Amino acid sequence: MMRPARNHPAYWAFLVHRLSGLALTLFLPAHFLALGTALQGEARLDGFLRWTERPWVIAGEWILVMLLAAHLAGGVRLLALELMPWREWQKTLAALAAGFAVVAGLLFALAR
Amino acid sequence: MRDARAEVFLWAAQRVTAVFLAFFVLVHLATIVYAVRGGLGAAEILARTHSSLAIPLFYALFVLAASIHGAIGLRNIAAEWLGWRGASANAVVSLIGLVLLALGLRAVLAVSA
Repeated sequence: MMRPARNHPAYWAFLVHRLSGLALTLFLPAHFLALGTALQGEARLDGFLRWTERPWVIAGEWILVMLLAAHLAGGVRLLALELMPWREWQKTLAALAAGFAVVAGLLFALAR
Repeated sequence: MRDARAEVFLWAAQRVTAVFLAFFVLVHLATIVYAVRGGLGAAEILARTHSSLAIPLFYALFVLAASIHGAIGLRNIAAEWLGWRGASANAVVSLIGLVLLALGLRAVLAVSA
């Protein structure tokens, strides 16, 4: 029986794209509810923002920014693969995708 | 046949929303990096979102594209990883998409009204 080939860059790129997309979709309701606190006034939103200054919340935000950047870069890679005829660039694109995610995450971490 | 056409439509919708989201997410990431410098404050956020009609409009379109994209993505995961397909899966992911849309538009309204 043939087993699916999984230990190659394209599979890891697929897995990162899928898991980051899942995590971001699950995070969205919390993000929207947090912003929705502004409906009860500026002070309520400010109270929530003070809560986000805890180190573990900032670490979570850092991970989310990395996931968003990774999903963006992986998505651009997928669009290029599906809509453009240059498939031999696959590995380069995967590397660029990973690089972009790290850069965006580091920028966020340094700025916070 | 109808199913095949629906699959093609969803495949295309996922790509079209992805193209829009690529732009939205780049702008959003740049905004995050800029906004968190010196800490986040409600007054600062609300001043920015109140400054122009373009910002709530941008985020309303962002929410719409993300809700469609997220729901179709969850449908793919349900089918491929859980083997969950058909009317029940479609109903649940549609509901999730609508809840995301409603919560997202409520958030846009909250910071811009």
